[in-house]
Amino acid sequence: MGDEVKLFGSWASPFSRRVEIALKLKGVSYEFIQEDFSNKSPLLLKYNPVHKKVPVLLHNGKPIAESLVILEYIDETWKGNPIYPEDPYERAVARFWAKFIDEKCMPAAWKACTAEEEQEKAMEEACECLKTLEGALKDKKFFGGETVGLVDIVANTIGFWLKVIQEMMGVKLLTAEKFPVLFKWSEEYVGCPIIKRDLPPSDELMVHFRAILKRAK
Amino acid sequence: MAKSDVKLLGAWTSPFAMRPRIALNIKSVDYEFQEEDWLVSKSELLLKSNPVHKKVPVLIHAGNPICESLIIVQYIDEVWSSGPSILPSDPYDRATARFWSAYIDDKWFPSMVAFLFAQEEDAKKAAIAQMEEGLVPLEEAFGKCSKGKAFFGGDRIGFLDIAFGCFLGWLRVIEKAGGIELLNETQTPSPLKWAERFSSDIAVKELLPDTDKLAEFRKKAQAKMTANN
Repeated sequence: MGDEVKLFGSWASPFSRRVEIALKLKGVSYEFIQEDFSNKSPLLLKYNPVHKKVPVLLHNGKPIAESLVILEYIDETWKGNPIYPEDPYERAVARFWAKFIDEKCMPAAWKACTAEEEQEKAMEEACECLKTLEGALKDKKFFGGETVGLVDIVANTIGFWLKVIQEMMGVKLLTAEKFPVLFKWSEEYVGCPIIKRDLPPSDELMVHFRAILKRAK
Repeated sequence: MAKSDVKLLGAWTSPFAMRPRIALNIKSVDYEFQEEDWLVSKSELLLKSNPVHKKVPVLIHAGNPICESLIIVQYIDEVWSSGPSILPSDPYDRATARFWSAYIDDKWFPSMVAFLFAQEEDAKKAAIAQMEEGLVPLEEAFGKCSKGKAFFGGDRIGFLDIAFGCFLGWLRVIEKAGGIELLNETQTPSPLKWAERFSSDIAVKELLPDTDKLAEFRKKAQAKMTANN
């Protein structure tokens, strides 16, 4: 077909990893370009002038930014192994939860793990979010049903990155006691072959987070 | 499809609630509209249909609730597929429309909220500067998306027109209150002209709130929120 696919991303970024999961799922060959946040490449700045962030997918020279936008683009462009549900209502539900995870759930969880003040309040809010998300899972193996779907891919932040942060910070947020269903999902999730191969090593991720938190101070 | 099969919970003051209404108009879908007087109280149906966010808009179709304005617009586009398309057909153009819509909601809209809630002059000035700066990229975006045609969506209004155009009512309230031109000849000539065309479009015309009425509402809302705090 002569497709040229490049991904500007980072090994540590869940947003970048989502795109890798999707590309691999679709069997798309791509060139990966690791971006250093403290020294962004001229190409990244050229292809994502608005946000100057990873991930950016470059398909035959055309850039697409924002992980959720990229995921939808990938699903629409390469048809095998669909990520989004086919039914419009199910699609709307999937999009809803993906948005909820990114806009409410993960920010609340990050705050609960890293807040120095008002930690109790942050914890309360994060627990509420996780409880809501757990409700969406119901009695399914994955958010996508029997197999991993859009919401599962987007929930890489909750299923893996959160666990690393909370362990590092000594915060007991996502636990089997508090969220048995969600916790069980997270265990299945990290063991799932198509997810596992795009999870960075925990210890390296912790080093990376410590540096981020230090810089933020 | 029976009118009772399609119900929209919204509010005349909400730009987000306007989005699915425009979409339903484009598709010529008959629907029942329920006005939520959210300043006073939220209906049981709203709380039941959108327990997570408790906000308008909510589309209830064949008993199923769909929440989040742009998700609803995409749903409408996919279900009523025989009507005029709202999202472009090309995946790259779709991605571009989705990118800019997300930009408007995630990056630009917060500066609008900041202005509307700002108490001090300094905070108001800062919010206005942010709003103005945030609109500048839309000049280039318009060129890329419209490809020389009248709307972001081309010949007819589409996803990005709806995503951005719904804010014109509040934009005008702010311009009047601040004595400024957020969309102007110098920095955003294309969106400025587009705004006129969008406002007069048949799918939009009757939905854009009157600027003075909206300004009145704003006073009421500010008073109530200050009283609650």
